[in-house]
Amino acid sequence: MAVLLLAEIVGGEISIDQTAKALSAAKELGDVTILCASAGCSDAAEAAAKLDGVAKVLCADDAAYGNGLAEPIADLIVSLAGDYDHIVGPSTASAKNILPRVAALLDVMVISDVMGVVDADTFERPIYAGNAIQTVKSADAKKVLSVRTAGYDAASEGGSASVETISATANPGLSEWVEDKVQESDRPELTSAKIVVSGGRGVGSEEDFAIIEALADKLGAAVGASRAAVDSGYAPNDWQVGQTGKVVAPELYVAVGISGAIQHLAGMKDSKVIVAINKDEEAPIFQVADYGLVADLFDAVPELTKAL
Amino acid sequence: MKVLVPVKRVIDYNVKVRVKADGSGVDLANVKMSMNPFDEIAVEEAIRMKEAGKVDEIVVVSIGIEKSQETLRTALAMGADRAILVNAADDVHTDIEPLAVAKLLKAVIAEENPGLVLCGKQAIDNDMNATGQMLSALLGWSQATFASEINVDGDSATVTREVDGGLQTIKVKMPAIVTVDLRLNEPRYASLPNIMKAKKKPLDTKTAADLGVDVAPRLSVVKTTEPAERAAGVKVADVAELVAKLKDEAGVI
Ligand SMILES: Cc1cc2nc3c(=O)[nH]c(=O)nc-3n(C[C@H](O)[C@H](O)[C@H](O)COP(=O)(O)OP(=O)(O)OC[C@H]3O[C@@H](n4cnc5c(N)ncnc54)[C@H](O)[C@@H]3O)c2cc1C
Ligand SMILES: Nc1ncnc2c1ncn2[C@@H]1O[C@H](COP(=O)(O)O)[C@@H](O)[C@H]1O
Repeated sequence: MAVLLLAEIVGGEISIDQTAKALSAAKELGDVTILCASAGCSDAAEAAAKLDGVAKVLCADDAAYGNGLAEPIADLIVSLAGDYDHIVGPSTASAKNILPRVAALLDVMVISDVMGVVDADTFERPIYAGNAIQTVKSADAKKVLSVRTAGYDAASEGGSASVETISATANPGLSEWVEDKVQESDRPELTSAKIVVSGGRGVGSEEDFAIIEALADKLGAAVGASRAAVDSGYAPNDWQVGQTGKVVAPELYVAVGISGAIQHLAGMKDSKVIVAINKDEEAPIFQVADYGLVADLFDAVPELTKAL
Repeated sequence: MKVLVPVKRVIDYNVKVRVKADGSGVDLANVKMSMNPFDEIAVEEAIRMKEAGKVDEIVVVSIGIEKSQETLRTALAMGADRAILVNAADDVHTDIEPLAVAKLLKAVIAEENPGLVLCGKQAIDNDMNATGQMLSALLGWSQATFASEINVDGDSATVTREVDGGLQTIKVKMPAIVTVDLRLNEPRYASLPNIMKAKKKPLDTKTAADLGVDVAPRLSVVKTTEPAERAAGVKVADVAELVAKLKDEAGVI
């Protein structure tokens, strides 16, 4: 079977971690060709070609692909689709913007957030905020799916696939990019970090989120947040972990001042070790925590940071 | 401008779902159902656009069983003007797939000619996050997903989107499909007088056959299972014990 994998490229830069994790799932389906679509994508294509087990890399270099706009990239993928049985991407905001559009243009159903490949037609995916796992079998001729990367290890490097430059398809010109507001940070990325420290409404303010960040920095961790913390303006939107935010599965997840609503658990309950710090001993977060500390976070977190 | 808002009736977000013992699905009999939370945000945004004088009519559409009327009445009580029910299933356990929903919506749009469609980003039951993008593809319209700010200005709209690295702003040609994210607004509650008034607002019913759309699923459900349970953890007495456990027992720091 032939698989086309859409590389995760944001702001011209490839996310090797997301691409390599989706590649691990794609390899279970067949021979993988990686598509890099961006403006000036030769670096991305070279990096993708080094991933182990890649048959070929296609590089579509065009200004229209520079900002991840769904319409031109979906048209490009559809123009290539004839050669592939599966079209796969990581379940990032970018790929989730594009892949359902591709599926509809091909008149097939998209299969979002695949967490397990059973066979070429059959996949496992979470529904109801991860409170149930559904196994679905597709009757469509082609399968379009996004992969929940949190559950896959990244494919290693060591490959040397050939890179083929392909031409762009016509830009439908339906939308144009205006600006990106991206947080620059030295911290590891939320979805690839080995340790994540998240703060919730209990943290109480944007200023006090500094104590969460200090703990994260001591641990070399990424910072996450609950929806309530983001909605209250304590943390930026891209830190949200949960059903409708990011899904993470680090070695260690530390939840501070987070009650543990099912929508939050959906994004972190597959973490290897979970620590909860909360002053309410009845908080549902303790039901999934390996280690629970009932304490005021304003005492416990600085003390923990100091003790490490 | 007319705005069309698709609203889905889903299990209430506060209800803990139960997987049926025979693995055939989750139990939806006698559980509280509500409007998909993202769709409340979409309805609210349409109402605010109308209050700002940019929109003259809000049409809400729901696809599903007869009872989805309740969800439509809720949208009417919030402030939508008119509702359309597409009766496409008899059993609450039959979920119409996003591709079929998009085809039905396309057929409704051919009759209604809205200038803007506001969808939710994701239905919290199937968690598919697909319908808006699919509808936009079928219509050949522009799409702006995961919106946290929408400014319609004549023949274009400027939309700020919540993306993985932060925020992205794009400008889309109208007519457009916009899917809304959590930070767009805080939906209002319907007041009692408005709930009464909503009972008299028009609600049309159609069937999938009326619209000439085949809603047969492309994905068949092989089985539905409970996720793996986590083993029960322990409470630690203080920070020192926590650090010791993380070092010696878990070996993660
Ligand atoms: C459609 C939809 C999608 C959603 N998606 C998400 C999502 O993706 N991610 C997400 O997180 N949520 C999501 N939610 C929201 C979710 O339902 C909860 O409202 C949210 O997770 C609560 O955040 P919280 O735990 O920070 O706040 P709260 O529930 O208010 O909990 C705060 C906790 O802090 C503790 N606390 C307070 N002060 C202290 C202190 N000094 N020391 C120690 N502990 C303290 C309290 O005991 C409490 O347990 C979604 C909701 C809906 C409807
Ligand atoms: N059966 C339905 N009836 C009305 N609107 C729907 C239906 N299914 C999906 N939608 C719309 O599409 C959005 C995304 O749903 P989904 O693609 O299923 O995650 C929802 O928030 C609704 O706005």
